[in-house]
Parts: sequence; C-alpha cells; structure tokens
Amino acid sequence: MTSLPLTRRHLLAGTSSVLALFSVTAHARTYGAGTGLPWEPNGGEPPLPINPQGWLLFTPAEARMVEGIADRMIPADTLSIGGKEAGCAVFVDRQLAGWFGQSTRLYMRPPFMNGLPTQGLQSPNNPILQYRTGLAALEAIAKKQFSNRSFTDLKPDEQDSLLKDMEAGKLEVPDGYSSKAIFDLMLQNIMEGFFADPIYGGNKDLASWKMLGFAGTRYDHRDFVDKHNQKYPLPPVSIAGRARI
Amino acid sequence: MVRKLPSKDVVIIGLCWTGAILAHELTDEGLDVVAIERGPWRDTASDFPPSYAPDELRYAIRGELFLQPKQETFTFRHKPNEMALPIRQFVSFLPGTGVGGAGVHWNGQTWRFLPTDFNLKTHLTSRYGKDFLPADMSIQDWGITYDELEPYYDKFEYLCGTSGKAGNLNGVIQEGGNPFEGPRKRAYPTPPQRQPYGPTLFAKAAIETGHRPFPQPSSNLSQGYTNPLGVTLGECTFCGFCERFGCGNYSKASVQTTILPVLVRKSNFEARTNSEVLKIEKDSTGKKATGVTYIDASGETFFQPADLVIVCAFMLDNARLMLLSGIGKPYDPVSGEGVIGKNYSYQLTSGVTAFFDDKIFNPFIASGAIGMMIDDYNGDNFDHGPMGFVGGGYMGMGQTGARPIQTRPVPPGTPRWGSEWKAATAQHYNSTISFSTHGSNYSYRDAYLDLDPTYKDTHGRPLMRITYDFHDNDLKMSGFLTDQLASIVNAMGAKQVVKSPRKGPYDTSIYQTTHVCGGVIMGEDSATSAVNKYLQSWDASNVFVIGASAFPQNAGYNPTNTVGALAFWAADAIRTQYLKNPGPLVQS
Amino acid sequence: MMLHMKPRYGLPLAAILSVVGIASVAQAGEPQSFDQIARGRDVSIASDCQGCHTMPGGLPFAGGLALQTPFGKLVAANITPDMQTGIGSWTDEDFYNSLHEGRGKGGELIYPAMPYPAYTKMTYDDAMALRAYLRTVEPVTQDVVSNQLPFPFSIRASLNVWNALNFTQGTFKPDPNLSPDANHGAYLVTALGHCATCHSGKTSLGADEPKAFLTGGLLQGWWAPDITGNMRTGIGGWSNDDIVQYLWTGVNRFSVATGPMMETVTNSTSKMSKEDLGAIATYLKGIRGDQTAAPPKAAADTVLELGKVVYTDNCSMCHVQNGDGVSGLFPKLATNGSVQSLNATSQIRVVLQGGRGVSTQAAPTAPAMPSFGWKLGDAEIAAALTYVRNSWSNAAPVVEASDVKKLRDNLGGED
Repeated sequence: MTSLPLTRRHLLAGTSSVLALFSVTAHARTYGAGTGLPWEPNGGEPPLPINPQGWLLFTPAEARMVEGIADRMIPADTLSIGGKEAGCAVFVDRQLAGWFGQSTRLYMRPPFMNGLPTQGLQSPNNPILQYRTGLAALEAIAKKQFSNRSFTDLKPDEQDSLLKDMEAGKLEVPDGYSSKAIFDLMLQNIMEGFFADPIYGGNKDLASWKMLGFAGTRYDHRDFVDKHNQKYPLPPVSIAGRARI
Repeated sequence: MVRKLPSKDVVIIGLCWTGAILAHELTDEGLDVVAIERGPWRDTASDFPPSYAPDELRYAIRGELFLQPKQETFTFRHKPNEMALPIRQFVSFLPGTGVGGAGVHWNGQTWRFLPTDFNLKTHLTSRYGKDFLPADMSIQDWGITYDELEPYYDKFEYLCGTSGKAGNLNGVIQEGGNPFEGPRKRAYPTPPQRQPYGPTLFAKAAIETGHRPFPQPSSNLSQGYTNPLGVTLGECTFCGFCERFGCGNYSKASVQTTILPVLVRKSNFEARTNSEVLKIEKDSTGKKATGVTYIDASGETFFQPADLVIVCAFMLDNARLMLLSGIGKPYDPVSGEGVIGKNYSYQLTSGVTAFFDDKIFNPFIASGAIGMMIDDYNGDNFDHGPMGFVGGGYMGMGQTGARPIQTRPVPPGTPRWGSEWKAATAQHYNSTISFSTHGSNYSYRDAYLDLDPTYKDTHGRPLMRITYDFHDNDLKMSGFLTDQLASIVNAMGAKQVVKSPRKGPYDTSIYQTTHVCGGVIMGEDSATSAVNKYLQSWDASNVFVIGASAFPQNAGYNPTNTVGALAFWAADAIRTQYLKNPGPLVQS
Repeated sequence: MMLHMKPRYGLPLAAILSVVGIASVAQAGEPQSFDQIARGRDVSIASDCQGCHTMPGGLPFAGGLALQTPFGKLVAANITPDMQTGIGSWTDEDFYNSLHEGRGKGGELIYPAMPYPAYTKMTYDDAMALRAYLRTVEPVTQDVVSNQLPFPFSIRASLNVWNALNFTQGTFKPDPNLSPDANHGAYLVTALGHCATCHSGKTSLGADEPKAFLTGGLLQGWWAPDITGNMRTGIGGWSNDDIVQYLWTGVNRFSVATGPMMETVTNSTSKMSKEDLGAIATYLKGIRGDQTAAPPKAAADTVLELGKVVYTDNCSMCHVQNGDGVSGLFPKLATNGSVQSLNATSQIRVVLQGGRGVSTQAAPTAPAMPSFGWKLGDAEIAAALTYVRNSWSNAAPVVEASDVKKLRDNLGGED
C-alpha cells in the first residue's frame, strides 16, 4: 500500500517514535491462577513508520556526509537506487535517536578496559559519539588533504580513498576511538538501512529486496517450497504492505 | 525491606521450556506452584504476530526477544591468566529471557543424543584406551542411560509434535531415517517437513558419496497437530523467520504453543513476570533451601518461601544462582575439586558455502529446522582410532532463512561495499547455499564458570565469569567435519566451494551458537558432579537444577530435546519418588 | 466456592427434560434433595445465569455485571441467598414469577435484559430446581443497583408497555411435528439457553423479531451469526457432531468461538452434557431459515483483486491460501456460514482489533488473531473481507470501506 491511515499513534511517530519503538513496559504482573491467557484488543507493539522529514540527531552537515557515505557504500547503478535515495541516512539518524544510539540496552558499567578483539566491544563511547567523532575526523582529513574542501564536495573517488583509509584504521581520531571501528559501525548501519524493512526509513520502495529477489515479510511459502529451481513469482512485501498494489 | 509472601509448595525460577514442563507436571500432582520469571509475559498475538514478526532488524539484529546485557551479562576470558572483561553486547550466543525463554526463538531442531553420548567416558576409554583422551579433557558419564531417558525424549517430542522420520524403531533400522540414532519406541508424531531445493541436492550428493541422509527432526510442524495436553499447533509455512524470532502462526513448538494454554487454566499455578530471583535462601543447616528472594520491576524485594526450589533459568543463570546462593562447592580449576561451574562447554560449528551460477534456491523459503542431514560423523559413529581426536557432529544443508541484513553470501575477496560488492551480492543471493556442521565440544579442566571479582550487575551482585577456549582436539574434530562436508558438497557441481572451519581462539564477537552447557553437571558421584541423575542437588535435596547446565560435556547435536527430556525425567522422579519421601534420591 | 469445583452428581439434564411437558409434583421447597439441586445446577448452566450474575473475578451469582443495552446500562442482580441484598428473602412464588412473568419480589417489573421472555418457557419444576440450587450457593452481601438507565427508560412503568407489545407469557409447549430430541433441543434453545437474545434480529424496542428467529443479531458491537440450518449463512453445512464439538470445546473444523460466545461456551455449553448439545444441534439444523434468498450482488473485480492481494499478504499464513484454515486453531473461511453473514460487523471487528478464541478443558489452546487495525486501511480491510466472503464458493454482500471506518470510529481508535 502507499499510505497508512493517519492516526494519533503515527502523528507521535515524527518525534518520539524511535525512542518508543522498542519501549519495554516492565511491570511485574501475575498470570495464571486459572485466569487463562491474557488478551486485550489492539494488543502488541507494532513498529511505527517513521516520518522521513527532517533530522532527529544529525546536524544538516552531518546528515549530508552520511548521505554521501551511503552513496559510496551503496552506489546507484542499474541494479538499484543508491544508499542516499534509499533513505539510509534517515534510517541511521532514527536509529541513533533511539536506544541504539545510546547503547541503552548494553552493559555499560565501568571499568572500561582495552581487551582482546575476541572479547568484543569494550568502548565506553556509544554510537552517537562514534558517529560524531568519526564524521568530524573525516571532514577534517578531507579539508586537510583536498585543499580545504568538505567531504561532501569531494569527487566519488576522492571520497572512496578517504573511506578506505578509514576502513583500514588509518584515519586520525581522538584517543579511545578507532577509525576502523567507526567505519565498521557506519557500514553495518548503512547496510541495515538498505536491507531492513522500509518501515524504518531505508530500503525505499523495497529496492534492495527487489534487487535480491527476497520475498520480504511474506509469511507463507507453502505453495512454493517444493517448486525447485524456479523463480519466486511474487513481489516482496514490507510490514507496511506491498510497494504498490 | 523484604516482604515475606505466603509459602508455596514449589517455586520455579524461570518460566521457559523446563520451568513450564516442571510446573505442568507438579501442578498435575496437586502441588501449589509459583514460577518467577525475570522477563516479560510473551504471547503470539501480542509479541510476535505475523503482522510484524518478520522483522529482521527488530528481532534478529537488535535482539528484541533476547536478554539485554543491561539486565545481566557475563565476563569472559580465554584462560585463567587473562583479565576477564564483560560481554557488553551478546553476539556469540544469545541468552533468552521472558516467558518461554530461548525456546521462543529457537529453530526447532529436535535431536536426541546418541546412546554413547551418555556413558561417554566409559565408552571412549573402553574402545580406545584411557591414554587416547587428552590429559586435560574432563569428560564424564551422565549417570543416566539413553534407555532410561528414551520415554522422556518421546514425551517431549510428542509435546512438540516433532516432524521427522524414525531411523531406528525398537532396534529395527528404518529406510530414510537416521540409522545411527538410538532405538525409539515409536515414530515421530508428525511426518517430516517438505524440503526446498538445496537440501534435496545435498541428500542426492550425500547418497552418491556413500552417506545416509535423512530429514532433520523439526519442531516446525509439517501439519496441524494436537498434543497430549490438548493444545493444537498449526502447519509451518516456511516463512524463514524462525531462529531469533517468535513464531507468528503457532507452528513452532514453544511453551506458548504447547503448555502455557493449559498451565494458565490451573488454579494452583501462578507466574510472576518481570521479577528476578536474586538468591536461593537456605536454612541454618545449609542443607535445605527455604525459598527464594526476588526483586520485581518496581524495585520491591520479596521472600517467597517454598518446600521445593526448582532452578529452571537459562543454563548460565542456573550456575550463577548456585554460586550466588552458596549451594554446592565452587569448582577450582587448580585442584580440580569442587563442582559448581565445572565443565563449561560449548559447540564447534563450521560451514561450507557453495556458489552456483545456474540454480535458483529461493533461500528465504525456510524453516528453522528443515534440511537434510547426515549423522555418519557424529559421536562415535565412526572409528576415531586413526583420527587422533574424539567427538563429532551432524552436518548437512538446513535452510533456515536468508534475511538480507545478515545473509548475503559473496565469494572471498569481494569488497565489503561499493559497486563491485553490490554486483556480487545481487548475483549470488539466490544461487548460493550454505551447509553446516554441528560439532560436539568436550569439557576441559580449564573451561569453567565462577564469580567475577570486578564487574557487578544492577543489583550489585557479581557477574559470572566464563573462562573458555577451544582445545586442539575439538578444533581437529571441526576441521575433519568441515572437510567431510566439503567433499560431499564438491560432488554437487558448484562453481566455487568455500570452507569455513572453526578456528581458535574463541571469539565472542562472532555468532556461533547459543548452545552453552555445563556448570551444574549431573553425574554418579557427589565429588565430581553438582546434581545427581535426577538433577537434584547433592548439597540441598529440595533443590533441583534443570537444563543444559546439567550436561557434563556437549554432544554434536542441538540440546533442546535433551533438555526437555531431562525436565520430564526430573519431574517424574519428583512425582514418583521425592514427594513420597522428601530427601536425597541418591545417597552421596 | 467455584461452581465448577462442586462435585458432579445427579442426572444429566437430558434425562430430566425427556419428561418436559408432563406435570410433575416435585416440591421445590423440599430440603436438600440432591437430585433437585443437581438438576438446578444444570438448569443454571444451560441458562447461563452466571454469565450475567457474576462479575469477572467476582463471587458467583453476587451480581454486578453491567449490561450495555441500546437504552442504557443495566446491572445484573445479586441472586445469592443473602437475606438483605440477595434473594434469600424471596418466596418460591417470587422466584418463579421473576422467571415466568418478569416480575420481581413485590411485583415490580424487571427489565428484559433479564431474558424472562425466554425463561417464561421454563417448566415450573426446572424453575424450582434452579431455586433449590441457588439456595446452596454462598450468600454474598453486595448491594446492586440494577437500574442505571437514563430517563425515561428508568421509569419501570414503561415496561408495561414493552411487555404488552413484546412479551408472551407461557411455559414451553412441545411441537408435535418435531422429534422428542428436537423438542428437547427446542426447550434448551428457547427456554433456558435464550439463544435468541443474541442470535435473533431485534425490533426497534429491543425485542426478538420473530421473522428473524436465530438468523443473526447485532449486540455490543458484535454480530451473533445465523445459527439456523441455512446452508449458506447458517450452520446447515455443519454436522450434528460439528455443532456438539463447537459448543462443548469452543472450536471445531470450521470455527473458533470468540467475543461474547466465548463466555457462553466457558460458562454454559462446555459444561452441558453431550446429549443436551446433540439435541440442540438437531433442533437448530431443523430450522430451515430462508434457503431461497438470492445470492448477493457480485463485488467489483478491482475490489476482489485488491482483496486477494491483502489476503495473500496478511491472512494466508494462518487461514491458508485456499481458505481452509487449520482445524481447531484457525477458522476455516471457505464455506463457513458465519463468514457469509449478511452483517460483517464481527469480521471487521476481529480484523481491526484481533480476537482471542475460547479456552476449554477439551480444547485449551485459545488461539488469538492479532490486530490489523494499525496496519491496514479501511479500503484494504473492506476489500479483504469482501474477497473472503466471495471466494471458494462463498457468497455474501460487499463490505464497504465506510463500514470499516464506522466500526473503527465506534471502537474508539486504535488504542
């Protein structure tokens, strides 16, 4: 479908939705005692479609940079639209504005110590700080290497060369940060945006799913499971419905 | 201030597979049972309905249904001389929480362990001699035999409605089933699931290379089924959102789809959610539990007295609660003495990927447990004499889904981003399949659990520390399995075959499996095990500890069927023996 | 003490009711006649007294459940033997009059939310058995103000007019054209079970419309479906066993009880004997209904196409692409009478809000349908329902987007 019915829930979505998205209402409750399974009308916590207007976390300059990076990681070509048009920067912005950006659900108690890579994430710096720091460093190095031009003004191959440096951990970043870790985080999130359900702001018009031939949220393949070596005939579907009916 | 509640016959810690089975069995016995669950209530229509359950970002990537490290995590180091650091986000394994536990987001693979897995040490030393085993390997017999457990495997499978093809009915090998499995008294409750393209190709190649493939036993059901409790499950629709997800259409066996509807009808059962048990309390003798102290989401602390305390939390939490409560002697890796925390084990998985360019697999048509497997290289199904290692695993092609944030196979050497990456991604998504091995992990003297000296949880309790790494024996085993798998895959005519054997050191930042085991192991001797063959604590006879925590080492299979069978087995012992004469069921 | 925890003794209701119509001399006041008390309990179950006279989680028969009628709120009375606030001080005559004439102690008129237009058909023996049974329940002191209607409906005198227009007093008379079994079913359906209270069309005054007997009715935002033997819209396609199974367990191969029927199954039909339920089945299937009604006007192709898309994407994973459902779990939509109801209110409602099926001892699953109100627009829901109602040989009137919008608004938005 193309548009969802506008409701109070959706109006709220523009501002607080991402924070509310994964809200866990943790009240202790008693069940059982012969009362049967609980149920109430309209139960559940469906995801709220995000409002693509504006930025919740990025400054306009940061947002332009992330859009530019998204277009280098996922360039527009005959296979699909690019990362920017797909909404990857909007996706990342909304994710950072939610619990993910502040590592709210992770174990963030001190002491923080450098461990082995096999001991996993040990940085006290949450994704918001990682992005802010990484984007600032990228902008600084762009200006330094390319006669004071902004990252977003660079040519694609110039942007690629900086991103490759960053990926290799060669970009100068403040103590406690790693340019490789920041690059990996951005790559992870931008790919998430491209391949996740469009309801989160990326994967516009199910572009990536169409490119892959992924059926999306379709929940019943009984009619196709033993049709071996045949192209799947149906278009992908989002949580919000088909791209066009 | 701790509020003291009216006493119950039984308090169960954790309302997951084991907790629900125990609750069902003991309420049937007429006992007054309360289950205390640290996570929320979970129900199909309100927590993972098909209208939004297929959401990779929310469930698989952000882990909506998993334990949040904020609430509890563990510290990790490879060896005792390393500094353990907290696992700040779960990646390598994904503990469950909430009603149904990890049984909500399991894949439904419903294997039985081999008869020789239960008397492993006796069997291996008698076949190969005791010097064949590595000196620091600390495997033990379980204190229970396959034959003793068989009726309880049967109970769990019939509870779930498991779909499969028997390979051994009362000793008679059945064509098309797993010829290596222990004898089963009757067939699976439902026939095997239909298979997509990839598994059928694997089965053909396996036969051509002299192996005996069979459909993986699956608790994603091949047809509608009503279990012995009267609860009805639906038919799996191959949605491909199984592992890490709750099932939206009642077709994957879970507490929700098999037991809970009956349990909540009982007036002598009660569940308290968002309530975390802090400690099992003991009386002045230290030999008897008096109940549990727990804290609810509002921060209020309660003491729930009970005659019986059944510990049914996630396996790691079973061990942690025993350590925090001081029941049983903590394990000391130097002296080898003590029992709580001993023999922590994992699982060595590995993969093979085959790139075709002339086939369409539709890899998203999937269920958690469809697939064709072989068991020729599991346990001691083959002669280890010339191998120089012990252990094994099943292997094959299980199509568990191809959700694209996580599943985008590209040949080695492909860049991670940019035009070339995208072209390769688009080219290979639908024409590539992955195969896996599911290897055992035997226990070692220096792989164990204890309380961390530095890091604490939100309630100020020490986190539990995991000391663990892979050992040569097991890496060799995994390498062997991977090679065998690749040789079958090579017979399939792929353009490129890529092997990914498991390599050390153990890396907590890569997902491998959630099959963590041990720490409160069962056995014949109170000096070397924490619980007896009925999963009853040797040290406090009114405490039973149920779960994969009881595995003295891990076999080459998924654990859930064995965990479920042990739950029914322990419940039966409580019903038929313990209640008649409360006290130790086995003299230490 | 909970009703269902009482030991079951005495004769099945069927055995008692085979003597319907034969004058009996049983004395209602006879103390502690176990047979009579047991029969009274069964009458109470078949009449579902508890359904209204017990609050959810409240003490049995202590009253307090508010019934939303089109005219306002009525609260069911305390019918425990409490002397002050219950009916402990009522004489047997008072009690019988309340059922037979719709008059309470002292002769005041009772609002017909209490289904005395059905209970008037109850035999005197059954009424006295019920009386004997209600004497055995725990007396509860709980003052209930029954009449919470707004003016002018709050004036009980208005009931005189209502009764004159709508109420026919008189004990059940067997129909000589029906078999004893069907007559027994008729007694259970019309006198005790008061099925018509929900399942019959209503006049503007809220009385049963005789022409629409058991062909379906609207109440509290639910459409209680046609339960006549009509092959398309009713339960003509169900076997007697299907009907018995549905009433006894709450589910069968076609359907799962939800909404208000869930309470009826829980409190009443799941506790009745299979003989009684079989008699109900025989009687209902014998009501021919209007078999000649022309099939409704066909829906536009564009609507059916949209409906099929919405169905495939959102419904097939449970109800199956061919509408077959899963027996005992997901209702079968193909050839299901309630799906082809003239009125689609219940269908729209469960799509918007979701619904939980009933849980019974025999069929405890209680499957739940999730809500789609947050996800699907009015036109999409209307199209999907129109598709379901007109596929697989189903035929039923088109559901309009405006129907969905109206119910969505009435149900108070999405929260």
